[in-house]
Amino acid sequence: MSRLLRALLLATLVAPPLAASDLVVDAGGRYRTITAALAAARPGDRVIVNAGTYREPTIVIGTPRVTLEGRGWPLLDGQGARAVLIVAADDVTVRGLVVANTGVSNLDDRAGIRVRDARRCLIEHNRVRDNLFGIYLQRAADCVVRGNEVVAHGVSQNTSGNGIHLWYSPGARIEDNHVSGQRDGIYFEFSSGGVTTGNVSEHSQRYGLHFMFSDSCRYERNVFRENNSGVAVMYSRGVVISHNRFEHSWGSAAYGLLLKEILGGEIRGNVFTGNSTGIYLEGSSHLAVADNDFLQNGWAAKVLANAEDDHFTGNRFAGNAFDVSTNSRAASSTFDGNWWDAYRGYDLDRDGVGDVPFHPVRLFALIVEQHAPALVLLRSPMVAILDAAERVFPVLTPEALVDRRPLMRPPR
Amino acid sequence: MNIVSLVLQAGLRDLARNRWVAAYALGFLVITEGLFWFGGTGPQVALSLLNVVLIVVPLVALVFGTIHVYASREFVELLLAQPVPRGQLFIGQFLGLALPLSGAFAVGAGIPFAWHAGAGPGGGALLALLVAGVALSVSFAAIATWIALRTDDRLKGVGLALAVWLATTVVYDGFVLGAAAAFGDYPLERPLLALMAGNPVDLARVLVLTQLDVSALMGYTGALFERTFGTGIGTGVAVATLALWCAAPLALAARRFQRRDF
Amino acid sequence: MITATSIRKRFGTLDVLHDVSLDVRSGAVTALVGPNGSGKTTLIKIVLGLARADAGAFSVNGAVADAAGRYRRHIGYMPQAARFPENLRVRDVLDLVRALRPGEPRDEELVTAFSLAAEMDKLVGTLSGGTRQKVNAAVAFLFRPSLLILDEPTAGLDPIAAGILKDKIRQVRAEGRSVLITSHILTELEELADDVAFLCDGHLRFAGTVAALLERTRERRLEAAIAALMRSERSRAAAMPSPEPPAWLPAEVERS
Repeated sequence: MSRLLRALLLATLVAPPLAASDLVVDAGGRYRTITAALAAARPGDRVIVNAGTYREPTIVIGTPRVTLEGRGWPLLDGQGARAVLIVAADDVTVRGLVVANTGVSNLDDRAGIRVRDARRCLIEHNRVRDNLFGIYLQRAADCVVRGNEVVAHGVSQNTSGNGIHLWYSPGARIEDNHVSGQRDGIYFEFSSGGVTTGNVSEHSQRYGLHFMFSDSCRYERNVFRENNSGVAVMYSRGVVISHNRFEHSWGSAAYGLLLKEILGGEIRGNVFTGNSTGIYLEGSSHLAVADNDFLQNGWAAKVLANAEDDHFTGNRFAGNAFDVSTNSRAASSTFDGNWWDAYRGYDLDRDGVGDVPFHPVRLFALIVEQHAPALVLLRSPMVAILDAAERVFPVLTPEALVDRRPLMRPPR
Repeated sequence: MNIVSLVLQAGLRDLARNRWVAAYALGFLVITEGLFWFGGTGPQVALSLLNVVLIVVPLVALVFGTIHVYASREFVELLLAQPVPRGQLFIGQFLGLALPLSGAFAVGAGIPFAWHAGAGPGGGALLALLVAGVALSVSFAAIATWIALRTDDRLKGVGLALAVWLATTVVYDGFVLGAAAAFGDYPLERPLLALMAGNPVDLARVLVLTQLDVSALMGYTGALFERTFGTGIGTGVAVATLALWCAAPLALAARRFQRRDF
Repeated sequence: MITATSIRKRFGTLDVLHDVSLDVRSGAVTALVGPNGSGKTTLIKIVLGLARADAGAFSVNGAVADAAGRYRRHIGYMPQAARFPENLRVRDVLDLVRALRPGEPRDEELVTAFSLAAEMDKLVGTLSGGTRQKVNAAVAFLFRPSLLILDEPTAGLDPIAAGILKDKIRQVRAEGRSVLITSHILTELEELADDVAFLCDGHLRFAGTVAALLERTRERRLEAAIAALMRSERSRAAAMPSPEPPAWLPAEVERS
């Protein structure tokens, strides 16, 4: 009997064909490289990578149902020259790895972990560091990206990519990740039905969260802070954005939350604090903006005239330089039952609702919208007098943008 | 002893016992402390106090200043009859007005600042507010002195002081706003910046705003504002121009004092 | 002593002083008199350096006016009604003037004579008008200048204090110093004055001894002599004789 035949026989006896086995990668072990272990792995196998630094050509997982798992944070180093890990099979799990240092390339979108044309992947608890793109889902449906730490130290938009990037990847769950210093922290394009919860995205070169053409997505309990341009969501339908924090996006083109061409959806229970513009609505219609806190922003809400039938209710506005601004007297959004710190009305019938309507668009805000340089007069006593006069004789502010039932007490 | 310091000491001794000066200091103390008391952070207090400073400091310096100069007229004549040069007498007299005014403000607002915000956020804004308030005190005290020295009719002088107050705190900005609206089609950043330098009240406001987050709103209108206001150089230019706004009316008043007949 | 030559002063189109030349003798009291608006105050202010003459020159005890005002060492000035800063103590005012004139011989006699020691710690604003005028006089006489300029010195003083002040004036004269005094109380001038200078509409109409004035107007008393001068001025202005002294004249003179 040849040795080969004996080995085959032994293998069939010891391990039944469908039983999974662990392949250990170790400097002194049977597999010196991850590539070698993966080549040997069969569907359902686990490749355990022990602590150490692994510098290999781009690692590709081509076997379905494989788990690639690090023990003691092994480092997969792209040496500034190549993509590090590509998942190209369904039902693959990647966990516990340090994936670093793809380097910058102008030719290809190098990623620390790329999932390509694969379904149901699970990317969790990895440390993804200093890559052009962090985790890149490319035509990857129903994936879960969970508890990863994605950090880059890019200095400009041109030399950094996105932290968690989804392209044609529907049904994703992006949960509890921490993304910092990438171009866009979390990016969705043509990726519908996703759920993004509990993430922290900060210090992005551009947007903390950026999504386009991604309908019916939910974004909940995330924190977006100190992103260069805030958060931008565009060209999508039926989005739910609730209980997130949008914090400290200052600058001439920075927004807490910018919505452009969003049709239908809910923006509820969020906190917008310390942004130059809290929420910016352009061409976005049929949105319910409810129970949010707008605190210490430059403009709490900019509602352009082409944003139709958006309904603000139960929101709290406090400490903003401007509460609401618009670019035209013909604005069609409505405000009803919000709390405004600038409201000076009274409540004779004690029903908790002010008896005098509140006009949140100050005359100065309207002037500034049309003549931006007039902003040099911000906080001038003359402007205070002007606004007081407008409050007494409202002749110029848009009649539509009025809260007829302003709350006497903050709702929360 | 130096004549300037002798006259200054007398002026300080006089105004130290003046109840209006004391009330002025106490007023700022109460307002500032109150703002901190109701849970204000450094930047919030600076922002709330800003409008009070912009309105009250010029008003008090102008009205109190003109009345004080008129009231000291006979005493100044008596001192002028002594063997002292006019210039030194003027400096002593002016400092005897400007130091108590700016001191009352600095003490009234500064003590709560130091107490609450010494280590907290917004230290820069509070410091800028102190600098702005002191500069406004000196500048408008000089303007008041000039008015009182060139207008013998006291009622007319006080009226003129009030007119200057109204012009600098309200009318001027109204004019700026009108200009911004009327010439909206032209690039206005540079002319508006120049206009800001033309009014000490606007300069003081811009100086404080540069230390606060809201200054980014000004950057909103164009890179020029951000470049000018957002940098240390911008702050330096604002402070220097404010100093000029103290020196110029003071020079006019000094010239008037040197040349006029008492 | 003052030697003034051709002092001229205009305010706008108004000639306030028109070529006024005047000598104030040492060891004499010179009364500067004239109706309201005649230029008395302006002349005093020019000598003090408070106002500037458009033309002419003057010297005080031989010293001419200089930019630093050092010639004012020779002058003690008592303004008509001194208003000191209300919240200064009497002591502060006296100390300030003393400090402004270091090295000059002092004369604290009036401070003692007016019993100001008891007032030293009071604020000026709380003083009565009379006490304030005592402080005013004490300040003027605090040194030993060769010229004292007194503008209505006894106004507001009680008779005893006025008597003390008059004695002081006589003493200064006796010491060979000169005094230039204006007053509307002509009996007081009669008591003190050796010389009279009469100003009207900016012209010096008379300057000389009291005796010479009485002789020229053929009156026996200074009061009547000055009234006669004013009358003749009025008639000169009206270019017609005025037989009686106008009834308003004494009242008008007293009031201001």
